[in-house]
Amino acid sequence: MVEMNMIEALRSALDDLMQRDPNVLTFGEDVGYFGGVFRITDGLQEKHGAHRVFDTPLAEGGIASMAMGMGLNGLRPVAEIQFADYIFPAYDQIVNEIAKVRHRSGGEFTTPVTFRTPAGGGIRGGHHHSQSPEAQFTHTPGLKVVYCSTPLNAKGLLTSSVECNDPVIFFEPKRCYNGPFYGDPHKLSTWKGHPDADVPEGEFRIPLEQANVVMEGTDCTVIAWGTMVHICQQAINDSGVSCDLIDLQTLVPWDRDTVVSSVKKTGRCVIVHEAPKTSGFGAEMSASIQERCFYHLESPITRVTGWDTPFPHTTEWDYIPSTERISKAIRGTQVD
Amino acid sequence: MTDEVPLATAEPFRVPTAPCRPGDESAFPEWKWTPEDLSSLPLDCSAEETEEHAYGLLRVLDDDGNAGGEWNPNLDSEILKQGLEYMLRLRIFDDRMMKLQRTGKLSFYMRSLGEEAIAIAQTMALEQHDWVFPSYRQPGAQFVRGRDMVSMMNHCIGNEMDNVKGRQMPVHYTWKEGHFISISSPVGTQFNQAVGVAMASAYKGEDQVTITWLGDGTSAQGDYHYGLNFASVYKPPVILCVVNNQFAISTHANLATGGPNFASRGLPFGIPSIRVDGNDFLALYSVTKWARDRASAGHGPTHLEVYTYRAGAHSSSDDPARYRPKDDHLSWPGGDPIDRLKDHMITTGIWSEEEHEELIQKIDSEVVTAYKEATSFGDLANGPYPPASTIFTEVYETVPWHVQEQREELGK
Repeated sequence: MVEMNMIEALRSALDDLMQRDPNVLTFGEDVGYFGGVFRITDGLQEKHGAHRVFDTPLAEGGIASMAMGMGLNGLRPVAEIQFADYIFPAYDQIVNEIAKVRHRSGGEFTTPVTFRTPAGGGIRGGHHHSQSPEAQFTHTPGLKVVYCSTPLNAKGLLTSSVECNDPVIFFEPKRCYNGPFYGDPHKLSTWKGHPDADVPEGEFRIPLEQANVVMEGTDCTVIAWGTMVHICQQAINDSGVSCDLIDLQTLVPWDRDTVVSSVKKTGRCVIVHEAPKTSGFGAEMSASIQERCFYHLESPITRVTGWDTPFPHTTEWDYIPSTERISKAIRGTQVD
Repeated sequence: MTDEVPLATAEPFRVPTAPCRPGDESAFPEWKWTPEDLSSLPLDCSAEETEEHAYGLLRVLDDDGNAGGEWNPNLDSEILKQGLEYMLRLRIFDDRMMKLQRTGKLSFYMRSLGEEAIAIAQTMALEQHDWVFPSYRQPGAQFVRGRDMVSMMNHCIGNEMDNVKGRQMPVHYTWKEGHFISISSPVGTQFNQAVGVAMASAYKGEDQVTITWLGDGTSAQGDYHYGLNFASVYKPPVILCVVNNQFAISTHANLATGGPNFASRGLPFGIPSIRVDGNDFLALYSVTKWARDRASAGHGPTHLEVYTYRAGAHSSSDDPARYRPKDDHLSWPGGDPIDRLKDHMITTGIWSEEEHEELIQKIDSEVVTAYKEATSFGDLANGPYPPASTIFTEVYETVPWHVQEQREELGK
């Protein structure tokens, strides 16, 4: 085990994957020589060669279509989209092409592309460096959608995503690259000393489709992903309510058994995400949970989310679900 | 093209239109190009060296069926006979499938009428293991690679034996064994994917070239420019073709670009670019072989404008007489690709009208036998279709729980 921040853990996953499989290669804007704007691929070009770690033109649609072609012809491409906000020029290629080619070709062709992309707010990035577009991909059959939250699961989930023969959209909560974020912008922490900053060197995977139970409790189930996992941890402590905190990790397909058994146990559920509320993935979770757990519920399932507005710049702390909003929602589920 | 563009209106901004509409006389400018116009090119030529080739028209067959010029591939008579047979086969196959569509046995169809030479000559100029990344009007490549007609028909019908399991509209073939990549409806998406496929071949150190096609209308898509740009940056072994058949459904090529032509758009990307007569089997073969040799020698991409005319409708869903003169294609200066090769072969004494007629009869009876066999596996009107369970499979490598639950809900 080595203590790593999330950047180092992601790099370690890519390094290990490239060492083990000559068909893995990675590319994107500023990914090669410079090592990426968030430094994920720093040093990888020097180590693995410019034919395996390289820069691309500034064209996300082109990055995605090139990746699709490489995947069709036997490679295992890992494409970086510099910010999730910039993924939309690639949307047609991802939704109509990459996600569908296995099905539309009767299983003759597949393309196991992984898209890594930093998402979420909290870095003063304004509207176009802060969005959480996971629901735009969870609605697409053929894609798996993964969201890491710690150095440990960043490495384990990225390894499983790249090795997966289905295409994966892998979201990285950029606010947590350098440390967990507990909701107070004036008290930033690093990963130093955090139990999930201890990451195995070399080959390490966490299976997809499995949630992680971060905290165990009795009276409410809190479901979150990405940065919200850490904010929820703080909010649960603030609320004084005994909660299960479930880090979903994989959104599609999500871990039905873990979620359903927790909600049946606690009878209450709060779902938290940064993305806007309407048609957010919380809506899907909420509907699915009530279908399965209705007779165990003691109170309505509640969502705490970003607003149905563009993501703001200077007022971002009033946009991102705060510990206050979340703990209030948790306490709200306890009222008979 | 720029100065002569016919306009639907000039004010408040130009809206280009097609040169002729229903009721007009067909009016194609007379062709000034001859097989002697363009010199051969070295494999390592620069984009600048191809300027004349991009603005001219590469021809080998002249208007009288004689082959000439520096691009004459001097093909063996067996190759010519083979090419002619593939083209006839495609045309007769198309006619039969249109009949099936009109009688409700399949949902939709797209013919390659007038464009048969393109995929056939170009695929014949490639190696068997080269990747073919088609749009919907290059099904002919499959004949070259030896695909069984029954299997192609099964796909178009969408019956129980359809290898894509009734999931795609007709003509959206997939055939991995023939290195023929799955066709997609959103136009142009394959263009830069082909660049990625070619990069992967280069990465693996394989002597394998990728060819892809899109249409004049589709060249307006971002994907076309991604393809040219990524190919110009990474220089993989790829042949990028724009089939300029003048029409995208009813939208004339005048709407696709305000620039001078299509081939020349490759020049500022630094890609050698050539405009080739798309109804000239020999020119297509020759230029594609040259592009393949270039790619194989490590000189990177070639950009081709394949200049032709869509003789038929876009698909079974439109009637071209509603937007252009009826029988417009009969006036196309490039003629008909099958007639031109046939005339050349008769001129050179390797073919006769009698042999031609016999070949048509032979193919016709093969196509009839094939369609009877294909429809015996089911047709759109009567079924049987692929089982409904195929809705749920191959969405992912394995069926996830939520998809499995939905399959159980359907109960099939």
